[in-house]
Amino acid sequence: MITAAAAWLVLLLLSGVAVSMAWGGRLAFKTFGAHFISGKDWDVGAEKFGAFIPIYGTLVTSLIALLIAVPVSIGIALFLTDIAPRWSRGPIAIAIELLAAIPSIIYGMWGLFIFAPFMAANVEPWLNEHLGTKPVIGPLFTGPSIGIGMLTAGIVLGIMVIPFVASVAREVFSAVPPALRESAVALGSTRWEILSRVTLPYTRSAIIGAVFLGLGRALGETMAVTFVLGNAHDLSLSLLMPSNSIAAAIANEFAEADTDLYRSSLIALGFLLFVVTFIVLTIAKLLLLRINRQLGRTH
Amino acid sequence: MNKMIIALPLAALLSACGSNGGSSNASSGSQVTGAGSTFVYPVLSAWAADYKQHGGVAINYQSIGSGAGISQVKAGTVDFGASDQPLASEELAGSKLAQFPIVIGGIVPVVNVAGVQPGKLRLTGTVLADVFAGKIKKWNDAAITSLNPGVTLPNADIAVVHRSDGSGTTFNFTHYLSQVSPTWKAGPGEGKTVNWPSGVGGKGNEGVAGYVKQIPNSIGYVEYAYALQNKMNATALQNSAGSFVTPSAESFSAAAESADWKNAQDFNLVMTNAPGASAWPLTATTFVLMPTTPRNKATSQAAVTFFRHALEQGQDQAKKLDYVPLPAALVQQVESYMAAKLK
Repeated sequence: MITAAAAWLVLLLLSGVAVSMAWGGRLAFKTFGAHFISGKDWDVGAEKFGAFIPIYGTLVTSLIALLIAVPVSIGIALFLTDIAPRWSRGPIAIAIELLAAIPSIIYGMWGLFIFAPFMAANVEPWLNEHLGTKPVIGPLFTGPSIGIGMLTAGIVLGIMVIPFVASVAREVFSAVPPALRESAVALGSTRWEILSRVTLPYTRSAIIGAVFLGLGRALGETMAVTFVLGNAHDLSLSLLMPSNSIAAAIANEFAEADTDLYRSSLIALGFLLFVVTFIVLTIAKLLLLRINRQLGRTH
Repeated sequence: MNKMIIALPLAALLSACGSNGGSSNASSGSQVTGAGSTFVYPVLSAWAADYKQHGGVAINYQSIGSGAGISQVKAGTVDFGASDQPLASEELAGSKLAQFPIVIGGIVPVVNVAGVQPGKLRLTGTVLADVFAGKIKKWNDAAITSLNPGVTLPNADIAVVHRSDGSGTTFNFTHYLSQVSPTWKAGPGEGKTVNWPSGVGGKGNEGVAGYVKQIPNSIGYVEYAYALQNKMNATALQNSAGSFVTPSAESFSAAAESADWKNAQDFNLVMTNAPGASAWPLTATTFVLMPTTPRNKATSQAAVTFFRHALEQGQDQAKKLDYVPLPAALVQQVESYMAAKLK
């Protein structure tokens, strides 16, 4: 009875938060309608608000973060369960979990004071010179080398997400029944074949769950992103240019939002973050269902 | 029964919140609360500490930003608000507020350009506006180099750093740019936040200072004290009299003295681009806002006494923190205003 009540309480709280955000943002939605989502203006003086740039910045930085974090995390997990000498597994695993305990503002400060100057001095000039001239991907990598921007923010986010994905992946990899792997070894499988044919299929749903746990963290991350993203409401294709994210915009601007429409627009932004996260998680669930159904058919 | 188990802690929690709220209301009788400008926070807290040491009441000031300070004092949740942007007399009358200046400080453009010595880069208001508008893109643009013979400027993109949050500092800065550049006035204009044409945004003075220090070839604007504490490279600016001045306590007070406070109703005066020959053009004032018919008369009077003390005795502390105390004539004007409006 109590456990059921606790579970329902979570659902109640969740919908309560969503409803109150939507209610707080109703003035913005009423004023701008669908244009609030597609609009690229964020003009405080003229009271014109559109959430497109923060949504775009949030999605792009999170995507970069996942592109970096997922392969690295799976590599770490595989190393720890399969390759690393037994005595070193415990300490490394603990070190990775400690990474998750570092407050995000520390990542932000590291990003601003150490990583951004490194990007500005070494990485971004190289990107400009080598990738910036390529036909299709060129526009992604052109721009001034200031070290602050979507690419830097995405990489910092990726580092922040790694411990979450890696520690879950390690847990589930080590839960693969030894008999399965030993059979694969007995059949002469290579390490790569064991990973791709046994370990990953067996742990598929848990791994996707871990990835989306990491994505959830990346989407909502505020402080670290605020430090390195640039907080500028500018739309640019280039990953080297500053942008804004939903969480960073709210954190930066809420205290000084002194008109009703401005405040309402920021709350509406928060509601949109809710919606974006919800959509992303739904896609993940559907993806998982589809994979499971397809596999069910082939077997 | 199960419901009871849940309900009991909840009730305890609620009643705890209730009693907390009650006690904080009760204790506000013995302390003055204020909120607003972050610009004034260092000197205000120094004054408050000194005042308390000398037997005055405790001042609880929250530096939440000018705009938030204005809305808090309008809502009557604090005894005073502090803002770097003055309100017009009609707005003051509408919200039954009185307004007076409390301290003066400077805003300085800061740069991070290799090879440029501190204070050696000279800019005019129009060039500064064009840089922030993204019209002048390179440090070795003719508009900048012609002002700076003898300074080698790199062939590098200018990275503009502005505030990402609403700010009285931004208001004063953009107010100045609007005065000196018609295209800026027609474009981004003035305000606590404007639609910045280019650049990255840092939160607070410390955010802008951090970005300028980290991004090579950048330019930003911060409060003078931040520039000093972070050993940043401030530029010289041409003032409205046509001479190039460097930011200093002297050039700030020159601006304060040349400003026409006598004819400013409710002290509604923005000091940027002041006329004096040695005046710093980006001099700013922090204003205190207080209700003329306060909810709690005792704490409101205590706040008035505190500000009178600060105006009369607080000059040294202000100077020590790189602010400029109000000129003596202005202090008198403020005191007679307080006596008339805040009885």
